[in-house]
Formats: sequence, structure tokens, C-alpha cells
Amino acid sequence: MPDAPGLELIRGEIERDHPGSVLATSFDRAQAALVVDPAQILTVLSWLREEPGQSYRFLSSLHVADYLPAAPRFGVHYELLNRDRVERLRVKAMLVDPAAPALPTIDSCVELFPTAEAQEREAFDFFGIVFRNHPDMTRILLPDDYVGWPQRRDFPVGGEPVTFTYNEHTYG
Amino acid sequence: MAELTQDRATEVMTVNIGPHHPATHGVLRLIVDLEGEVVKDLKPVIGYVHTGIEKSCEDKSYWKVIPFVERMDYVSYFFQMEAYCGAVERLVGLEIPPRAKYLRTIFLELNRIHSHLVWLGTTALDLGAISMLWYCFRERDRILDLFEMAAGQRMHTRYFQVGGVIEDIPLGFEKKLREFIADMPVRVGQYQALLDRNEVFLSRTKGVGIVSRERLLELGVTGPLLRAAGEPWDLRKAFDYLAYPEVDFQIPVGTVGDNYDRYRVRVAEMVESTKIVEQALDLMEEGPFIADDRKYVLPPRSELSTSMESLIHHFKLVTEGFRVEPGEVYYSIESPRGELGCFVLADGSSKPSRVHFRDPSFVNLQAFKDMAVGSYIADMIASLGMLDPILGGVDR
Repeated sequence: MPDAPGLELIRGEIERDHPGSVLATSFDRAQAALVVDPAQILTVLSWLREEPGQSYRFLSSLHVADYLPAAPRFGVHYELLNRDRVERLRVKAMLVDPAAPALPTIDSCVELFPTAEAQEREAFDFFGIVFRNHPDMTRILLPDDYVGWPQRRDFPVGGEPVTFTYNEHTYG
Repeated sequence: MAELTQDRATEVMTVNIGPHHPATHGVLRLIVDLEGEVVKDLKPVIGYVHTGIEKSCEDKSYWKVIPFVERMDYVSYFFQMEAYCGAVERLVGLEIPPRAKYLRTIFLELNRIHSHLVWLGTTALDLGAISMLWYCFRERDRILDLFEMAAGQRMHTRYFQVGGVIEDIPLGFEKKLREFIADMPVRVGQYQALLDRNEVFLSRTKGVGIVSRERLLELGVTGPLLRAAGEPWDLRKAFDYLAYPEVDFQIPVGTVGDNYDRYRVRVAEMVESTKIVEQALDLMEEGPFIADDRKYVLPPRSELSTSMESLIHHFKLVTEGFRVEPGEVYYSIESPRGELGCFVLADGSSKPSRVHFRDPSFVNLQAFKDMAVGSYIADMIASLGMLDPILGGVDR
């Protein structure tokens, strides 16, 4: 992990090359995180990947968290890893929830990190976050005809009809 | 006789394999384009055992989540527990006592041997080596006996708790464990004598399923698959967790990254694991096996009838559970299949607001197309076995 001053240094260097891309930093429980502008997510990720002093070339995990009721609701987390220095860095892009039928959208990082392909599909499957330019933006674990985004916080546990039990007449 | 001279090799047939098929090591469906017997394209279809565990975790207090996450990757349950408990401990800032660190290391490494034995038995069975299944499951049973002795359950033990482990190891456990780790390297030697220079095994694994190291890293593949391609990357060495910095062990690596290297790396890892267990047993001293913070850890049963405070703590922990200050943590460990990460988001209540597992099987499965395309369909099945996906972990 970069420590708190190290994180500010990284922020300063990105800001020098791409002003306005980093919105905030957080250093909590010994874990460093950059909160970045979702519109510039690819700029920041490729900078962190390619910049000689950084080279965070391994994407460990891509996942989403729903921060309801906070204002930018969805956080897309990129857990980056620099295998030479053995340092982890979390990049967070906070997405606003648009009005009902529209889905929150962010650029896909599959070009930079091919490992993200399945994980971005998983994020789409459970949170309804659309990754622009993803080669195959379809559901991965749930059935293709499934309706709803079950990992969102406003989707109730057990809110899904179970059609083969006593209530099959209720739900058809 | 015009039709006989036609080039029939260009005919491509799409075949569906699974989801219920013994060779897919779980409920995995494969859509395969075949030209004769050669795999031209392939797409894994997953989700058949998706049970919404991550969603269910959001509805349970922190300590009740442990048995849920154990059932994701049902072969390496101790690793799931460690990833989750470790993440929660980092969220609340709880140090676990030294004895708990050693005990966890011992059980994790036993679980690694167990997982590799299940892999070796079933994969060798796919290649026609039927006796390997019985030999591997014979040793696996001894590990399950040890789990049962310590935790009362053979699988899904719920042995790790936030703060340590639920119980100390019983009398006689150490003796039984030492017998096992003395036997195990000999048994591994017997497996190697059966397989290492076996003509059939060699011709089925040598040079099959090669994926370059660079491509594996791009695809995010970790664990024995990456090490077989010659990359000595192991989180046990890279990061400082549990008792791994204090024990001496080596990371086996392969050279070309074919199925034979994958087999050799995993078999060598079993021997290294026995060394870790032995050293941890030697280093382990008497002491508390769980942290003494009553806000997070259940008080000893004996205090409940004498101490009012203990009774209140017990009641609070069992009914509501403990609350965690808002924050988020990603904690990753080296599971038998690679980097197992757990992300926990706390919102201040007594239930996690998000639990996400970065499952190595899920990510590694993306490399399957690279491993199998261009090979024979029989080698595709062998490569799938060598990939070692656990579909419970893939689908969660």
C-alpha cells in the first residue's frame, strides 16, 4: 500500500498530467484509495498502468458497491496491484443513479485489463451498471431473461418469486 | 466419386457439453465449436449454481455471514472463512492472538492439501488413472478426520471466528496431525511414482494447454496456473498475513506452463504445505486462541452463570451482533486456486452492506479458451481439470 503521503504524491502527479481527474483521496484502515472522475476513469487507469514510476499493471478485482442513500450512489472499485513494489491501490469511480429506465454508465477497461471482462459483466448483472465498449455486455450469472438488479440495496432479500412452491398460483 | 474428394475438415459442428456432465467438475456448460475433434472456439456458460450468497450476506449480522461464505468455494472453505474474517478484523481493527494465527495457518494449509488432493484425484480420473482417485481420497479422509476432531464438522466447519478460532485444538490432535504430516510427503512420493513418468499421463499432459505467462497475467490468472508458467507470485510471500512470514517454505514454479507443469506445481505445493504445518506446530505456544475483546468476541461459556456483564455481552452479540464503523476493506489471501479477495463494506450497522468475493476460479476460467482452442476435445477436458475451477465459487 502507498502510505498517506505517498497517495497524495500520486494524486499530485496525476493532477499535473490530467487536471481535474482525481476528485478526492482517502486513506482508511491502511488502505489507499483514489476517488476519480468517472468520465476520466480510463485516463487515470492507463496513467497508473503505463507511467514508469507507477506501473499498477495487475487488476486484482473489479467490483461495485451500492452506497444508498449517499448521493453518487454506485461506487465502481478497481483494486490495482503493483507486483514489483507489492502495493495495492484502490481506484473508485462514483456513479450517479439516473432516472428509472436509464442505467448508470462508465467506460469499460477491458482494453487495458482483459481480466475485467467477466467482472464487468458481473457488475452489470447485479447492479445494472453499463460498461461502454464492453465486447459482450450481457448477464453472466443470472438467466438472460431476468428482470431487475438484485444486488442493489433497494432490491429486497427474498423479493423474487419462487414459482415452484406453495405460492406458484400467486406468481404464475 | 466426386463427393469423396471434398474437403470435409472445414465442417464445423457446435456441441453443447453440460451443464450436468461429470467431466466439467461441477455445473459448468460449455458451448464448443468442433472441426472434427479439434476445438475451434469455446464459450463457458456459468451461473447454474448461483445462489445469491453475496445478497444473503447483506441480511445477516457479521458473525452469521461466516457459514454462508464457506459454501461458496466448497472445497476450500477455510480460505473463504479466513478472507471474510480477516476483512472484518481489519475493519474493526482487531488483532488476533499468536496462537490463533498459528492455528489458522495450520488449518489453511491442511485445507490446501485437501483441495489439491480432490483436484489430483478427479483430474487424474479424467485422464484414465482411476486408482489415483482412491489414493487421494484416502489421504483426504485423514484431513477430514482432523477437521472433525477440531471443529466437529468434516466440511464447512465454521471454525474461524472474527478474532481467532472458536475452540482450541483437542487433546491428541497434535499427535494425529504430526503422524499425518510425516506420512503425507511419502504418499505424495507414491503419487509421483505413479504419474510422473507414466507414459499415458505424460503424453496426455506434456505440451498441452500452454498459455504464455504474459497472457495469464493479462487475464488476471493467479495461483498454481500462473506459477506453472514460471511466475513466482504467491500472496503468502508477498503480503504479511497470519504466520506465513515466520515459516520457511518455497514456491514451486514450472517452466513452460503446460498441464504437466500445473500438475507438478500442485503436487510440490502439497509437500511445502506439510512443511508449513510442521513449523507452525513447532512454533505455536500455549495461550488464548481468540481475542479478548468482548465487544466482538463471545465470552467463555463458563462465565455466563457467574458474570452479569458476560451475560449481557453474550446476549448483545448473539441477538444483534456487533456494529462496525463505516468503512471498506479489501483483504486477499492465497487460496489453492489463486488470489481470493474479500471486499466488505460497513455502513455502521450490525450487518455488512456489501460482501464481495473475488473468486480465483471465476477469474481463472477466462483463461480456459486460451488453453483449449486448437487442441483435441479430449485435451480440452484435461485442461479443464488442470484449471481446477470450483463452480460453487464461480457462481456464488
